[in-house]
Amino acid sequence: MAQSMTLEPGKLVGQLRRAERRKRAFAISLTLPLLLFLLFTFLVPIGALLVRAVENPEVANTLGRTAKALSSWNRTAAPPAVAYAALIEDMSAIKEQSDAGALARRLNSEVSGARSLIMSTYRALPLAPGLTPEQVRTQLLALDARWGELSYWQAIAKNSSRWTPDYLLTSLDLKRDVQGHITRVDADSAAFANILVRTFKISAIVTLFCLLLGYPLAYWLSILSTRKANMLMILVLVPFWTSILVRVAAWIVLLQSNGLVNRSLMGLGLSDAPLPLLFNRLGVIIAMVHILLPFMILPLYSVMKSVPPTYLRAAVSLGSHPLAAFFRVYVPQTWPGVGAGGLLVFILSIGYYVTPALLGGAGDQMLSYYIAQYTNVNVNWGMACALGAVLLTATLVLYALYRRVVKSELSLG
Amino acid sequence: MKLKPIVAAVALLACTASFAQTQITVVNFGGANGNAQKKAYFEPYEKATGNKIIGVEYNGEQAKIKAMVEAKQVNWDVVEVESPDVTRGCDEGLFEKLDYSKIGNKADFTPAAIHECGIGTFVWSTVMAYNADKLKTAPTTWADFWDVKKFPGKRAMRKGARYNLEFALMADGVAVPDVYKVLATKDGAERAFKKLTELKPNIQWWEAGAQPPQFLVAGDVVMTTAYNGRIDAAQREGKNLQITWTGGIYDLDYWVMPKGAPNREATLKFIAMASSAKEQAEYAKLISYGPTNIKALTMLDAKVLGKLPTAPANAKTALQFNVGFWADQGEALEKRFAAWAAQ
Repeated sequence: MAQSMTLEPGKLVGQLRRAERRKRAFAISLTLPLLLFLLFTFLVPIGALLVRAVENPEVANTLGRTAKALSSWNRTAAPPAVAYAALIEDMSAIKEQSDAGALARRLNSEVSGARSLIMSTYRALPLAPGLTPEQVRTQLLALDARWGELSYWQAIAKNSSRWTPDYLLTSLDLKRDVQGHITRVDADSAAFANILVRTFKISAIVTLFCLLLGYPLAYWLSILSTRKANMLMILVLVPFWTSILVRVAAWIVLLQSNGLVNRSLMGLGLSDAPLPLLFNRLGVIIAMVHILLPFMILPLYSVMKSVPPTYLRAAVSLGSHPLAAFFRVYVPQTWPGVGAGGLLVFILSIGYYVTPALLGGAGDQMLSYYIAQYTNVNVNWGMACALGAVLLTATLVLYALYRRVVKSELSLG
Repeated sequence: MKLKPIVAAVALLACTASFAQTQITVVNFGGANGNAQKKAYFEPYEKATGNKIIGVEYNGEQAKIKAMVEAKQVNWDVVEVESPDVTRGCDEGLFEKLDYSKIGNKADFTPAAIHECGIGTFVWSTVMAYNADKLKTAPTTWADFWDVKKFPGKRAMRKGARYNLEFALMADGVAVPDVYKVLATKDGAERAFKKLTELKPNIQWWEAGAQPPQFLVAGDVVMTTAYNGRIDAAQREGKNLQITWTGGIYDLDYWVMPKGAPNREATLKFIAMASSAKEQAEYAKLISYGPTNIKALTMLDAKVLGKLPTAPANAKTALQFNVGFWADQGEALEKRFAAWAAQ
């Protein structure tokens, strides 16, 4: 004891620091599994997604010589004969058929028809050795006259670099023209801007209805006695725990032409013919509001529980009209709950896929539906990733805007 | 440290299991068709070989196969895929080349069934269907399908461009043999979308194959496009749904082996069995999809034969789905469909 009393101050500081460091290392090691988990399940996939949205290896890997032969080509005249010779040389050097297949897929998403052109050419190889470039051109044109069309050569020239902005441009309905200038795509293939707007519109409507329905309910829950509130809370939570597919199927049963809703409406004489409630925008919104309502109610409820009822009473006792007191004293105190619930519902809605797919028409699909289509049906993962990146960016921008407006951290109560 | 015994035990279990019997994973689309395959193919195979089949359902997502093959972690042995995916997957090296000497005689099959990476297992058709209890006169052509004056009410169509563009052209008077020739031109595609626009306010879109018969039974729509086997399944449940075969689009589904599938021999045995005449005839009795093994047709009675897409009366005015066309144009046309739907 006497010894420790005589320690020099410098040494003590060092010891303290070491102890601190040990504690910090311990804390980090405790959170390490979580950090690693986040890294591998969240950050790495998102990074991979962003990379895939701009990666363009197919042409660069296989058609190096062709790209070189085309580098001085002006892209509007007929391509030089050496390009034909280089193409044959390149394609004969492709060992794995899967590389040819990948090349065919990549070029086909640029110019319809390139798939069959590339694959039939690949299968016809090799040509006889020792041909001059002109002879190669003649043979290739005889093999498939489409090699005389500029669009396929333009697609090869355009995609010869390893990175491309094309997927991202396409997801914004833009394209690079032959000369590399960015222009709008033709009206009949301009789809994604519209779909993005539609995605946000549906999400905004769903959020609004969730708020309109959830706010009074959460308020009511917050002023009930704990026992009653818990009972009612279970009613909110039971659907929350039920599979989304089950709930969607239930809505189909309820809303179809001779479903419960339509039959009661007609039985009450409120309508003569069944209302179209399903397989349109209305059906999508009804089901999404139902599914997402708990995400609004829970944060609202937890914020409302923490608002002291005495403020409202004080306002009324000081002569305020109860309604005015509610809106001017009570509601402002629940803004954090409204913000958190609204943001939660909105961001979840943006990514909705199954509900619109099963309950909506062809014009009610949201962006995720097309991401799934590109992933699974067209197997064009570059495009799927680009659409994903657009969705991610839009969400982040919205969150930043929210932070700007609310000027506070997101609180979930 | 504590993990070690568990790992050892699991490894041991896995070993003994693999010694005891081979397991193969067979992936199909489930539903009525999946049940028919289970009865006609899975059960006899398990009985004959002592191997076990693990049935897995999927929705045609080629992304799953691509991901497995790219990661070299293939645990599906044989997969049922639609025709565009056989060619595309084969081109991109996702499937094994089939060893036909282990499967059967190529001459026994309809020519369309033979593919280097897959073997056709049944012929199915996308057809027009209606509820005969609700519709007094039967629609007979695609022009009738478009005629909302003669047949008032909604029609259901598959959400997407595939099949619908072909039907639209047929409704617009294009003869069956010319459909793909017209559709391949810029004006032809324009014409198909224009025709589709005419019907747009009356279309209710379906996503899953199970939906069209439900729509018909529920009375949501008066007519629909549907997979013929689904209508057949509903008929077997006693529903009075009928098929109009005129201008139906028929196509094949194939068995393929993802590249690097683990149980080659056992899988080829399965494919051989599922391609044999006896088993295919058994299958066609369970669901009205046409056998690809020509010899199977001789084992079926007239009643079963009459319901197959391959029956002469049904195939007379049918259109064969053009795989090459859709492999080339599919992506652009589906995107155009998305743009069209938003208008």
